[in-house]
Amino acid sequence: MPFGEAIRLALRMLWSQKMKSGFSLVGVFIGVTFLIAVVSIVEGMNRYMTERFAGTFFGVNTFHLRRFPAFSEDVPAETWRLWRRRPRITEDDARAVEAGLTVPVTTAWQSTASATVQYRGRIARDIEITGATETYFEIKNYRIERGRSFTAQEVRAAAPVIVVGNELARRLFDDRDPLGREIKIRDNLYRVIGVVEAQGNLFGISLDKFAVAPATAPVKKFTNPPGLVDAVLIRAASVPEMRLAMEQTEAIMRSRRNLRPNQDNNFALETSEGILDVWGKINRILLAALPGLVSISLVVGGIVIMNIMLMAVAERTREIGIRKALGARRRDIMRQFLVESATLAVVGALIGIATGVLLAQTIASTTPLPASVAPWSILVGVLLGGGVGIAAGLYPASRAARLDPVDAMRHE
Amino acid sequence: MTETLIIRVQGLTREYRLGSETIRALRGVDLTLRHNEYVAIMGPSGSGKSTLMNVLGCLDTPTAGEYWLSGVEVSRMNDDALARVRNREIGFVFQTFNLLPRATALHNVELPLIYGGVSAGERRRRASHALARVGLQDRMHHRPSELSGGQRQRVAIARALVNEPSILLADEPTGNLDSTTSAEIMAVFEHLHGQGQTIIVVTHEADIAARARRVVTLRDGLVHSDQLQAAA
Repeated sequence: MPFGEAIRLALRMLWSQKMKSGFSLVGVFIGVTFLIAVVSIVEGMNRYMTERFAGTFFGVNTFHLRRFPAFSEDVPAETWRLWRRRPRITEDDARAVEAGLTVPVTTAWQSTASATVQYRGRIARDIEITGATETYFEIKNYRIERGRSFTAQEVRAAAPVIVVGNELARRLFDDRDPLGREIKIRDNLYRVIGVVEAQGNLFGISLDKFAVAPATAPVKKFTNPPGLVDAVLIRAASVPEMRLAMEQTEAIMRSRRNLRPNQDNNFALETSEGILDVWGKINRILLAALPGLVSISLVVGGIVIMNIMLMAVAERTREIGIRKALGARRRDIMRQFLVESATLAVVGALIGIATGVLLAQTIASTTPLPASVAPWSILVGVLLGGGVGIAAGLYPASRAARLDPVDAMRHE
Repeated sequence: MTETLIIRVQGLTREYRLGSETIRALRGVDLTLRHNEYVAIMGPSGSGKSTLMNVLGCLDTPTAGEYWLSGVEVSRMNDDALARVRNREIGFVFQTFNLLPRATALHNVELPLIYGGVSAGERRRRASHALARVGLQDRMHHRPSELSGGQRQRVAIARALVNEPSILLADEPTGNLDSTTSAEIMAVFEHLHGQGQTIIVVTHEADIAARARRVVTLRDGLVHSDQLQAAA
């Protein structure tokens, strides 16, 4: 029997027994739904982390010079104590690094603290206030949606101007034009000159609740003690140049701090890779658990399908006998039942894919988790479905193929 | 004579094991059939006529003896080769029709062509032609449950003939039909015989056997009598 014929026959069979078919493909359906949904979410987070988070939050080809890493996991208390005893990064350190690097780079200073922002009786609490140099926006890939960012001149002049995040602007001004309005932070007034394009959120935390003012402006009074910065952001043109810049920065800092060769660095050079490492671990745990969960439901699904197929063979013994009498060879009968069970499983897998995609999109739109359907997971879903169907159909099909036509036709 | 010999059976035996007992359904049957013969095989139940029909139809293989069909020895063939012979050389008509209940008349008739590897267009053409031959051209898309007993049996006959087999093998073809319909079916057989079809009818009904030109009677697994007769 030609292949297309066998599939048509199988589909007709499935359709004529909708109820039974529906139940029998539940296992495969659940397994594949799960596969697609989890992979989509992991993939979505992956994309988020690599494209948006690492790029925007950190900056492409960028490293930070800090007292200790801002992103780290499982730091022992002992290490933590040592880190707290390290000297802080000074503005002089920053200037020395900027002067000493031979690699072309863009640098920015950054000091951040949390504060309350007010505008005519409106109050926004826990806003991340950053004092920075004018290059900060470029390094962070912040696009200015309205107005402009501050200039080098304004930084030199310590102008009381400020650029606000999207959500902060909405909270303070609703739909009114934020530009030119004066907001108050800790008794100082700042004129809003720009709004940064929305950054979205990460795990439910808004990335748009911030404001950036020149490092020299009055914000410096609360972001850091005089002469200190939280971090120096250094961006190179490429990864190799970034590596070189890191080596040079390390050498400059070690010499400034008079570290002997046997002494460890008492400062940190942090890249987005560090963050991605942490993410990679979470990612691996999620993906490591996935095959187990998926295969359990697929095995269960396979057993169900095998039973359904054994029932089908028993029910259709007479049909098998008739087909054999009319000239069906063993392999024809074998193929008929294999195609039928594979079709059953693939239909289950297809429904699972649709549901999984839908589930991923629902999760993405109702929770902070991002989702992105990975094409390979759809392919894997279909192949797994077909594979389970064929594996589950082998035994029932071979039983059908071996039936004796005379006995089979006598079967009622 | 030999070139028109379709069936040659010699010393055919068939034994079954039933627990510790051995049942000898056929004990050494000799039989030859020429082209365009119309033979009835008779005998009481237990005489071995069903077994003989299964062996002749290549549904079963003999324990010993030789069976030559159209010049080929089929008694030593394997499963798949037998399936091929059933597909090409033999058209079955059963007492219970044995149509696929979920398939239309047309699809039922197409079945042997599907297993014969005939292309879809050709299959449809030949199946509808075969249905027209038995007068069912306007019932092609009906399912068996929508057809009368006589119509079902005619679908089965169309299916048996669609591959132009060497022999038409009918097992109690009128056993489930009333006398009017039986007469109708027997008229179809008569007509086919007139067109040159070789026919074997297994029956225990004397009036059905009376329509054949030759009656072979089995008793206790052996040929008891073999007589030619005039057309009824």
